[in-house]
Amino acid sequence: MPDTNKMVRNELVKEFSSFLPADSIIADAETQKPYECDGLSAYCEMPLLVVLPSTIEQVEKIVTICHHRKVPIVARGAGTSLCAGAMPNEQGVLLGLAKFNKILEIDADARTARVQPGVTNLSISQAVRDLGLYYAPDPSSQIACTIGGNVAENSGGVHCLKYGLTVHNILELKMITAQGEFLTIGSQALDTPGLDLLALMTGSEGLLGIMVEITVKLLPTPENARVVMAGFDSVIQAGDAVRDIIANGIIPAGLEMMDHLAITASEDFAHAGYPTQSHALLLCELDGTDAEVDAYITRIENIFKKQGATTIKVSQNEAERVLFWKGRKSAFPAIGRLSPDYYCMDGSIPRSQISHVLSKIASLAQRYGLRVANVFHAGDGNLHPLILYDAGVPGELERTEQLGGEILELCVEAGGCITGEHGVGIEKIRQMPAQFSDQEIKQFMVIKDAFDPLGLLNPGKGIPTLKQCQEYRALNREHSHDHGHEAHAHD
Amino acid sequence: MKTKLAPRFAGTKLADEAQSILRSCVHCGFCNATCPTYQELNDERDGPRGRIYLIKQLFEGADVTSATRTHLDRCLTCRSCETTCPSGVQYGRLIDMARGVMEHELPRSPGQRAIRWGLRKTLPNATLFGALLRIGQSVRPMMPPALKNKIPPRQISPRQHKRSDTHKRVMLLLEGCAQPSATPNTNAAVTRVLDRLGISLIAPAKAGCCGAVSYHLGAHDEGLDHMRANIDAWWPDIENGAEAIVISASGCGTMIKEYGHLLKDDPIYAQKATRVSDLAKDIAEILANEPLDRLKLRPTGKKIAVHTPCTLQHGQAQPDLISNILKRSGFELLLTSENHLCCGSAGTYSILQPTLAKRLLKRKINALEGQKPDVIATANIGCQLHLQTGTKTPIVHWIELIDQVIEI
Ligand code: SF4
Ligand code: SF4
Repeated sequence: MPDTNKMVRNELVKEFSSFLPADSIIADAETQKPYECDGLSAYCEMPLLVVLPSTIEQVEKIVTICHHRKVPIVARGAGTSLCAGAMPNEQGVLLGLAKFNKILEIDADARTARVQPGVTNLSISQAVRDLGLYYAPDPSSQIACTIGGNVAENSGGVHCLKYGLTVHNILELKMITAQGEFLTIGSQALDTPGLDLLALMTGSEGLLGIMVEITVKLLPTPENARVVMAGFDSVIQAGDAVRDIIANGIIPAGLEMMDHLAITASEDFAHAGYPTQSHALLLCELDGTDAEVDAYITRIENIFKKQGATTIKVSQNEAERVLFWKGRKSAFPAIGRLSPDYYCMDGSIPRSQISHVLSKIASLAQRYGLRVANVFHAGDGNLHPLILYDAGVPGELERTEQLGGEILELCVEAGGCITGEHGVGIEKIRQMPAQFSDQEIKQFMVIKDAFDPLGLLNPGKGIPTLKQCQEYRALNREHSHDHGHEAHAHD
Repeated sequence: MKTKLAPRFAGTKLADEAQSILRSCVHCGFCNATCPTYQELNDERDGPRGRIYLIKQLFEGADVTSATRTHLDRCLTCRSCETTCPSGVQYGRLIDMARGVMEHELPRSPGQRAIRWGLRKTLPNATLFGALLRIGQSVRPMMPPALKNKIPPRQISPRQHKRSDTHKRVMLLLEGCAQPSATPNTNAAVTRVLDRLGISLIAPAKAGCCGAVSYHLGAHDEGLDHMRANIDAWWPDIENGAEAIVISASGCGTMIKEYGHLLKDDPIYAQKATRVSDLAKDIAEILANEPLDRLKLRPTGKKIAVHTPCTLQHGQAQPDLISNILKRSGFELLLTSENHLCCGSAGTYSILQPTLAKRLLKRKINALEGQKPDVIATANIGCQLHLQTGTKTPIVHWIELIDQVIEI
C-alpha cells in the first residue's frame, strides 16, 4: 500500500474511533481479507478500511468525513452480490451495513414494514407470516441477501413474474447522500408528487446514495399455492411448454427452468425428488383460491403432457411446495458440488428466443471446452447460465470470462439485455457498450453527477467511462476476431 | 474457490484435505444466514464464509496471528453452516484442521494454555470430574448465585440404576465423562427403556472419553489416543456380537461417528475405527427403529419444547428425530423458533467464550419458551446443563420423558 494511502487510513481510523467502537473498524490486512470480495470471489480488491456502523448518525458522520477527504465509499450488505457490486475500492472505505438488521415497524393494516437495510429478504416474510402476509420478491439468495442490496440491484426472484421486482414492492427509502445528508425518497403513500426518484434509486447499484431505511409493501399470503414440477427430455420441449403457458394467458406465481447439470446438483443437496434423468425441469407455481389453483393445475398439466413431459408431480402440502423450491433456490451454490468455481451470468431474452439461445449457448460452451449449467426464470426470460471452471487452471478464468461475454452479447442480439436482476457492477461493465450507445452512457453519467459530483460512491461500477467504452468495443472486436481463428484451428 | 497451498503444506495429507474443502466453497454466503455468531456479531470475520477465508489464508502461507485466532475461537463448531451449505462444504473438518495447525504453529499464552490443559485433563476424566463436582455440590448452597448457577444440583435417581444383562440382544453403552456424576438419570432411563425393548447394555470399565474435548481444542494426538483406547475397550464385545454402541450424549455420538474418518490413516486402527463408527448410534436412532408400542406409553399432558442439539441436527444431520419420536409417543410438542441456532454450550465454549455463550443462551431460551413449555427436552448433557443455567423451566434428556411414562 502506498504511503499516502496508509496516512489517509491512519487519519480516518483516528477520526472514526471517536464515534465507532474498536471492533467496528477493521484496519489490519490480515482480518480485512474476508472483506475483499462479495459473492463473486473471482474479483477482489483490498479496501483501505472496513467500518461496521450500527446507527444512521454513524453512517452520516462516516460519509461526511469521507466526502470532506474525497475518499471513495463502497456500501455492502451481506456480500452476496454476483456482479462484484460490493467489491471494495483500494482507496476507499468499505461501509458494511450488516449491523442494521432490525425490523423497525410492521403495519398490518397498511400492509407495510419499515426495515433497516441489513435485514435479510427472507426474515421479512418470516416476521410477518403469522399476520398472513409476505414480501413478494424472493431472490434465490433470499436466506442471506439483504433488503438494502435488493434495492441497490432491483432484485427479482421466482415470484417477480407475477408480483414484480423490488421497485414494485417498496414505498419509501431513507438514504444518506454522497455529501452525508439525510434524504427521504418516496412516501408511505402509494404515489408522491414530482419525479419518481424511488424508481431511479432502485437498481442504482450504490452509485447514488446509501440506503439506511426501507419501507416495503407486504402482500396477503394467497389462500392456496401449489407447484407443478415436470421433467422433459429436452430443453426445447420445456421451452415450448413455457411459451404455451404464457400464450394461454396464464400468469403463474413462478415459472422456473433448470437443465440437467443444475437438476442433479440441486437434487444432491435438497433431496426434493427432482427427476435427475431429465434434461430439463420446469417448476410452475400457481396461487389463488383453492378453486382457481385446481383449475390452473389441470390446464398446466395438460400443457406439460402435450409437450411430452416425462414426469409430472404436484406439491401436496406447504412443506412439499417449499421443498420443491429449495432445490431451485440453492441451485447456484449447489453447482459447487460439480466444480470448484462457477461464473454466474445474468441476461434477459424475449421468451420466444429461449430454445434458440439455449442451443446457441450449448454450442458456444462446446467451442470453449467448458461446461455450462442453466438455471433460469423461464417465465420472464431471465437466464442464468453458470459457467463451470477451475480457477486453479491457468487461463481458465479468462476463457470463462470470454465465453460469458459472448453469452451476454448473444442475449443482446436476441433482442434482450445484459442484466436481468444481478446488476452490472464490475462483472458486466465490459458489456455495457454492447448494450448502450455513448449518448446513453453520457446520460447515465449526468445522473450520477447530479447526485455524486465527486464520484465517490461505488466508483468504477455500473457505468463505464467513455474511454473504457471505446477500449471494450475495440477489444471485443479483437476477441471475436482472434476467437474466429482459434475456433478454426480446433476444427 | 481457488486455493494455492503454501509450499510448507504441499503434499501433506492434512493440507490436501483442507484444500479440497476450501475449493468446494463457492463463497455464496448462504451459511452466514444460519451461523449463530454471525447473527450476533454481523461481522464477516465471525461467520463461516469469513472464517473459511481466514483459514484459506493460513493454508496459503500468509502470516497468521492471534487476530485470526480470535475469530476462529469464536466459532462454536455447531456446524449449522454445514447443513445450510448447498455446495457441501465440510466446515467442521476444516476448522478442526485449522485449529490443530494453529495450536502447533502459534502457541497461546501460558495462562490460556493452562486453562485449556485443565479442561482437557478434568472433563474427560470421569472419576476426577465426579469428585470435583461432588465437592462443588456440597458447598453449592453457600455459593453466590452466579457461581451456584454453574454447578448442577445432585440428581436423585427415581429408580435404582439396574443393569439388565439377561437379554439376547446386547448393545454397548457409552457412559460418558460428566454424565455418571452430573446427569446419572439419563443413562438410567436409557437402560430401563432398552430393557423394556429386550435389549441389554454393557459398559466396559476401560472405555472413557470419546475424545471430543481434546480434539476440538486442537490437541489432536491426545484426542486420537482417547479414540484408540475406546476402540480397544469395545472391541471384544463387538466381536462377541454387540449390535450397536448406544450414546445418549449427541456430542459424543458425533465424535464417535467420525472415528473412521479420523483414524483412516492409522494402519492398526483404521478398519476397527470404521466398524466402531458404523455401530455408533444415538439413542434416538435406536428407538426410531424399535416398536415403541411395546413400551405401553401413557403420556402426561405436559407441554414440551424440544431443543435438538447442534451435534444431532447438524453434526449427525438428524433435525427431526427426537421430535418425531416424542410425537409418535403421544407427547404434545410446542412450536419453537430459530431451531437451527446453537444454545452456546458447544463443548468447552461456554467456559472459554462466556460472553457470547451467554448471549446465545438468552436468545435460545427465548426461542424455546415462546409458548411457555412445562419442560424442555434435549439430547446432550452439555446443552442440558448450559440451558438450565438460563431458566427455571426444567431441562431434561428426552429419554427421561419416555422412561417416566412407561406403564409398569
Ligand atoms: S454456503 Fe457453503 S459454499 Fe456458500 S459460502 Fe458458505 S460454505 Fe461456502
Ligand atoms: S460451526 Fe457454527 S459458529 Fe462456527 S461458523 Fe459454522 S455456523 Fe458459525
